[in-house]
Amino acid sequence: MGLTPRPEPNVVSYDPKGGEGWVTTRLDFLVNWGRANSLWPMPFGTACCAIEFMATAAAQFDLARFGMERMSFSPRQADVLICAGRVPFKLAPVLRRIWQQMPQPKWAISMGACASTGGMFDNYAVVQGIDTIIPVDVYVPGCPPRPEGLIYGIMMLQEKVKRERAADPSIRHEMEPDPTSQLYIPPSAINELSEPFGNAVHQTRSGL
Amino acid sequence: MSPSSSFAPVIPGSGLPAGSPAATTPKQIPHRGGPVNPTVDALREKFGAAIQRVDVVWGETSVVVERSRVAEIVRWLHDDPGQSYVYLSDVTAVEFRDVEQPLEVVWHLRSLAFRRFIRLKALLPKGTPLEVPSVYPIFKSADWMERECYDMFGVKFVGHPDLRRLLMWEGYKEGFPLRKDFPLRGRFSRAEQLRQALAANPEARYSKEELSIADAFEDLPQDMRARLRSGEKTGE
Amino acid sequence: MATIKRTVEVELSTTGLDAQGRPQRVPLAVAEDGSTVAVAAPPSLEPELEGEHMLINIGPQHPATHGVLRLVLELDGETVVRCIPHIGYLHCGFEKIGEYRQYNQIIPWTDREDYLNSIGNNVAFALGAERLFGIEITERCTVLRVIAMELSRIISHLVWLGTTCIDIGAFTPFLWLFQERENVYALLERWIGARLTTTATRVGGMAADLPNGWTEQLQTFITLFPKTLDEVDRVLTRNGIWVGRTVGLGAMTAEEALNYGLSGAMLRASGVAYDVRKDFPYLDYETYDFDVPVGTNGDVYDRFLVRFEELRQSVRILEQALRRLPDGPVNIDDHRVILPPKSKATSEMESMIHHFKQVMEGPRPPIGEAYVAVESPKGEKGYYMVSDGTSKPVRWRIRPPSFVNLSAIPRMVEGHLLSDVIAINASIDIVMGEIDR
Ligand code: SF4
Repeated sequence: MGLTPRPEPNVVSYDPKGGEGWVTTRLDFLVNWGRANSLWPMPFGTACCAIEFMATAAAQFDLARFGMERMSFSPRQADVLICAGRVPFKLAPVLRRIWQQMPQPKWAISMGACASTGGMFDNYAVVQGIDTIIPVDVYVPGCPPRPEGLIYGIMMLQEKVKRERAADPSIRHEMEPDPTSQLYIPPSAINELSEPFGNAVHQTRSGL
Repeated sequence: MSPSSSFAPVIPGSGLPAGSPAATTPKQIPHRGGPVNPTVDALREKFGAAIQRVDVVWGETSVVVERSRVAEIVRWLHDDPGQSYVYLSDVTAVEFRDVEQPLEVVWHLRSLAFRRFIRLKALLPKGTPLEVPSVYPIFKSADWMERECYDMFGVKFVGHPDLRRLLMWEGYKEGFPLRKDFPLRGRFSRAEQLRQALAANPEARYSKEELSIADAFEDLPQDMRARLRSGEKTGE
Repeated sequence: MATIKRTVEVELSTTGLDAQGRPQRVPLAVAEDGSTVAVAAPPSLEPELEGEHMLINIGPQHPATHGVLRLVLELDGETVVRCIPHIGYLHCGFEKIGEYRQYNQIIPWTDREDYLNSIGNNVAFALGAERLFGIEITERCTVLRVIAMELSRIISHLVWLGTTCIDIGAFTPFLWLFQERENVYALLERWIGARLTTTATRVGGMAADLPNGWTEQLQTFITLFPKTLDEVDRVLTRNGIWVGRTVGLGAMTAEEALNYGLSGAMLRASGVAYDVRKDFPYLDYETYDFDVPVGTNGDVYDRFLVRFEELRQSVRILEQALRRLPDGPVNIDDHRVILPPKSKATSEMESMIHHFKQVMEGPRPPIGEAYVAVESPKGEKGYYMVSDGTSKPVRWRIRPPSFVNLSAIPRMVEGHLLSDVIAINASIDIVMGEIDR
């Protein structure tokens, strides 16, 4: 709740003992500084969270302070996909198409409980978290997140951007899950893990 | 644009005798047996045995009518100047948890001129084909409501010009979501649901009108093309 | 996008009207005596393109579709020949999930279905459930709910107006209006604790009574808000661009509007004075003094005027409600539906049992059904609930006004220009959460 002071932002800096030269680190710093402060958001607003996104963009909270003045409604000119709202299965291919159309470098913020996990819509129609479709950088919790919450998420993303290294291209690789990896969970296991549990569905102690 | 001189607003309640009191918030409504909507008598007189049962629950009159004559009854309610149910509020269906109980298709109609509200019901017993006549020819508003009802319950509205899925996508394989035998989380596993959803083409065209454009035919999935070639209508 | 050759189906040659008798846009000129005459369309610059129709796709992700609506438009040049809407991109299974929840547990879902009007939906649902339970709410609760509904109408219309302004090309009113929205948010937050997803009602009462000083805060809002309205009025209502981009678009006659099942401002703009608050009243609306604005032409501009006037009327209702707000309990005194206060639940055996029974089993209405409609900002919003005597409804049906309103969009846009589709679509005030549910 804001009681701990925010840590100093971690940015790319020149370390004489490190293996990298002054120029590359300074260049990285410059590029990251530029990128982080002019992220163009692509608002993929579907539901209630989009209204809070609009409130964030309006006068009171003023997203323009973060270099996000320009909403990019076309994915081809956008840096950050802000998925605000629930994503049903019918929308899933659309979301993936939009993500594929965004040029690198690109980031994604999943705004709200629904986009992050399916939220209160644990049923036949809603994707249980957009990270099953696209990679997500920052999850903003809340139903809906307050504008302050979204702004905090955006600042976290900016910090992430400021730490990127041009020399490390792996962060831009779009990876497919590797079935030989230890971390790979086959779909059947995922299904087992995601079986109905808890009281959400079977809350029928009163006998219906 | 200046208002045309012939402009006359449609005022609800205009059919009531002059000086009738304004509508008031209903209070102390009895559970059963409140005042019956006067339309019921007229319906009984006109349609006789087609009016199977009349209930008044919480002040609202429900009339169970013979399923094959729904369109006819709605047409009369709409056209008869003494009733003038010109506003169709809702078309939906109800399935009960009790598997024996028939599925009900429900129409909510409003008569603005007389400030009346009536609920028509048709019972579709289990095991019979889920078909009722469409009221689309009378009310254009029934278009999407009937399509939705078909999408969610599988009730066919005979006479609807373009009955196909509305909310779920064409080719949705899991069934009719609001039926009681449909599990809350769908029939397939999450991974399979996602795989099927992602396999869909977001630009696919399924509407019959779009299909009437011959060139779009090639964009259709193979099985649909085959079905359409055999003369089948979309969405069935 | 496929380009398709086909025959022209709509005759564009009749003066002002097409084959179906709908108004058409034909280039007009003024004759010497002041009457307007039709001018033949100029010869096509590229004759080989004549009759060539284009199919374009707007949405599902498009800023002007207010969500995830998809419209497939067939264009002849820039004129829309045919419009095929596709919906369902936000279908989240509300009605299904409602069958697995107790009545009080459904209220959070009602927030999220028409999310511009959350608190109004809460009230509407509670009214429906109370009809089903046979509950009469208290005086104070009735007035509180009227306040809630009218505040909700205000914030919903503000979003509508703000986004419509953006669609038509005016950005400033959006900022002004959202500033007012923040004021209402502040009010709601103090009262309920949430900005958007309020979950404010319970079956038989409200989640919370007003905090101290709230009515004064509302009073301040009521005094200041009309000033913003006047400002917006000044920049929009007589603005040449605004008028030019809205007048005459998507006109519906009264008969058509009724037949298409339109409701709310859409219907009233067409000249049908149907307002649920007046004709099938609830919450004692008949005792408030307010007017129902009615349009004459049924076009986009009239819808704007009607909604704008509704904002002022809402302020009037709020004033009256504030004046008559009685003291007394908010919740009914019935331990079968209303939770006992926390202090009692932890100290008295009886209250604890009531608490336990209600939370674990939930209140059970008698067998029956109820359809309760309210005038939501979009139109006639109905909740139809069927109970089989258990604590969960057998069927919870939402009658979404903007769903029915949207179904008339093919009829409204055909014959208009592509850029007007945006204005017409905006005038419907669609909320996809409610349309797709
Ligand atoms: S997280 Fe909550 S507010 Fe956001 S889209 Fe989901 S239900 Fe709506």
